[in-house]
Amino acid sequence: MTEFTPVASLIGGALIGLSAVLMMLLEGRIAGISGIAGHLLPPYRDGGFGGRLAFIIGLVAAPFLVAAVTGAPVVQTVSSNAALMAAAGVLVGFGSVWGGGCTSGHGVCGIARLSPRSFVATGVFMATGFITVFIVRHVFARHVIGG
Amino acid sequence: MSLLVNLGLGLLFGVGLVISGMSDPAKVLNFLDLFGSFDPSLAFVMGGAVVVAFFGFRLAWARPAPLLAPRFQVPKRTDIDVRLIIGPALFGIGWGLGGFCPGPAFTALGLLAPGTLVFVPAMLVGMGAARMLAERTD
Repeated sequence: MTEFTPVASLIGGALIGLSAVLMMLLEGRIAGISGIAGHLLPPYRDGGFGGRLAFIIGLVAAPFLVAAVTGAPVVQTVSSNAALMAAAGVLVGFGSVWGGGCTSGHGVCGIARLSPRSFVATGVFMATGFITVFIVRHVFARHVIGG
Repeated sequence: MSLLVNLGLGLLFGVGLVISGMSDPAKVLNFLDLFGSFDPSLAFVMGGAVVVAFFGFRLAWARPAPLLAPRFQVPKRTDIDVRLIIGPALFGIGWGLGGFCPGPAFTALGLLAPGTLVFVPAMLVGMGAARMLAERTD
């Protein structure tokens, strides 16, 4: 089980939204992580490499900032099944770039823009996510992690 | 300037992910486990983010241009094509297997869990493959 954290999740979500708004206001771009990370790889079409890398470094640094301010380490439970995580990684990476966005680009920014494409994409990845967890945990009755 | 701005924006985004609990795959998988150990937190994260972005974007777009770039670059397409189904369908399967989507995977990277150290390189391989394939088919 994990604890239901409505207040912390709402505050954290608002900070994610604020980052997306500031990205639009300052850079005029969508804060979509799969787009930012995917364009760190070739082919390169614009001069945005440095900015994208800086954004990703900011993401990587975030848990250390939170831990330093709160004094508590960031707790997480990650599966150590290497084959599972390799398959999951390839699917997430390929699927998010192939579909033009992930939870941030489609799920947050796209929904906020009322983009029909993002409503469809978000519905599809939520559906296959629910189905996958259902199959893993209830059909095969395997608790991968954290259940 | 742009580098510092982007670093700050990534940091803010990542702090939001960590505070919201989304950097923990267990919380994400429990959100997706409707018929088991369901944890609705992720809906509150998306709700908070979408509401802020909905109003914030409209305030930003009231300006003629962004503050640090010549123009707004917002996707204009509205067609629903096969890629828009296949891509998110595969993404959702991977998300349901590992509990990571791209943002949380990067916030987890420095915490060096063995599963993360497999997931992130695999994700980059998948992203690179999709970009190469898109290059050939576009």
